[in-house]
Amino acid sequence: MPETAVPAIRVVDLVKAYGRVRAVDGVSFEVAAGAITGLLGGNGAGKTTTIAMIMGLILPTSGRIEVLGRDIATARHEVLHRMNFESPYIDMPHRLTVRQNLKVFGMLYGVLEIEARIAALAADLDLEALLDRETGRLSAGQKTRVSLAKALINSPELLLLDEPTASLDPDTADWIRTRLETYCRERGATILLASHNMPEVERLCGDVIMMKGGRIVDQGSPAGLVSRYGRDTLEDVFLDVARGRAVES
Amino acid sequence: MTSQHLLRDPATAGASMRRISAMVLRYWFLLRSSWPRLVELIYWPAVQMITWGFLQMSFAGHEGALARAGATFIGAVLLWDILFRGQIGFSVSFLEEMWARNMGNLMMSPLKPGEFIAALMTMSIVRLIIGFVPVSLLAMFYFGFNLWSLGLALAAFFGNLIFTSWSIGLVVSGLVLRNGLGAENLAWSLTFLLLPLSCVYYPVETLPGWLQSIALMLPPTYVFEGLRALVLDGVFRADLMLKAAGLNVLLFSAALVAFFALFASARRTGSLLQLGE
Repeated sequence: MPETAVPAIRVVDLVKAYGRVRAVDGVSFEVAAGAITGLLGGNGAGKTTTIAMIMGLILPTSGRIEVLGRDIATARHEVLHRMNFESPYIDMPHRLTVRQNLKVFGMLYGVLEIEARIAALAADLDLEALLDRETGRLSAGQKTRVSLAKALINSPELLLLDEPTASLDPDTADWIRTRLETYCRERGATILLASHNMPEVERLCGDVIMMKGGRIVDQGSPAGLVSRYGRDTLEDVFLDVARGRAVES
Repeated sequence: MTSQHLLRDPATAGASMRRISAMVLRYWFLLRSSWPRLVELIYWPAVQMITWGFLQMSFAGHEGALARAGATFIGAVLLWDILFRGQIGFSVSFLEEMWARNMGNLMMSPLKPGEFIAALMTMSIVRLIIGFVPVSLLAMFYFGFNLWSLGLALAAFFGNLIFTSWSIGLVVSGLVLRNGLGAENLAWSLTFLLLPLSCVYYPVETLPGWLQSIALMLPPTYVFEGLRALVLDGVFRADLMLKAAGLNVLLFSAALVAFFALFASARRTGSLLQLGE
């Protein structure tokens, strides 16, 4: 099978149960290589648990996950250097400077010519003036740019993003989205994005997976979903799904 | 462009020295940037040494058994510090990741648990050296106890104690991974259980029979017995060191099994994503 035909992510009948509670309940989906796919859902819908299982941070109760053609249960360490992750809810060491943090993560990901890679990322992400400042002393927007630099340090084929622009002002958030679009286009990378920000999802994602109560309740392009639900925006569709309203057509 | 153009061989089959070095470098950057952390490494060992050093000096003014017991105090204090500070060095480096909320980044990276453990063991020695060398010099020049003159015996004592400290550090780290920072206090208190049980300041015969059985299952007991034999009788008891080494192999193996079991349990329960209290 040619490599391009292998989906970047394939999830089959994924279940995560905590006692009687099923946080993820029989989820199956594929993310095509090179696509940007959004994972939408309210709090407790199962988005973060799903992403954590894709990363291997949480073990599924049952089901199968393949990432970049490898079974994450048995070959996780064969693909971890080809993927990366960014979330505003996971910090980088505060006392280390931006350069030190990027150097450490560059070494962890096996990046060659780390200094050149850091310089290139600093230029791309407007971090040059921040490289020798302590990461903990940066503003929220600056920290997000540093986290994004860490997420791109290994030029990943697959990027998992958990609400990447949460708590950012509109200007900074737009700046981040533009960088993500550019990276994906130039690298041919795949992005799976969990977000509550509907304009962000509409702008970035070619495909959207909507989750509720641990299950996938709908899937399609943002425009297709808006059309199918007879709504004006994806946010209206999100509210329909969250509140259990039926599809109009 | 594939990522292979940017990345070196990911070394998926075995451990990567580069990833271990990355973690050691990360902790070195942290220590270097924080003078309170550096001072703390020396402060408590120095305070303890000064306290016990003066006590020993007061004993030295007496004759007989009291004077002989006093002669072992400084050595016991220094060796106890290897055990305690070795474990603290391991556990605190681990806890730094929890405090920094960086564990998700590490667990998502190609860093393997075994490489993480190797980095923590290395940092335990680095932190120990920073704190221990100045204090051992204080003991030598002010209290007249030259630990370095023990030579091979010191290496045997150190090797056994540091392995015990890593075993405790592994269990504490596994418990914190599984249960969150609510288990953090174990890092500061668990080793103290060994203070009475491994007979740091008195011979094993001092304990009641049933407690002696427990003490003799602990590797440090043989180290401190060995220290007393060396200081009081001038005899290096290699047999005691071998017993300690054998027990350490068992203890460290059990601690590794416990760590990996707790790590797997943390992945099952999702606690790697909820690393607060």
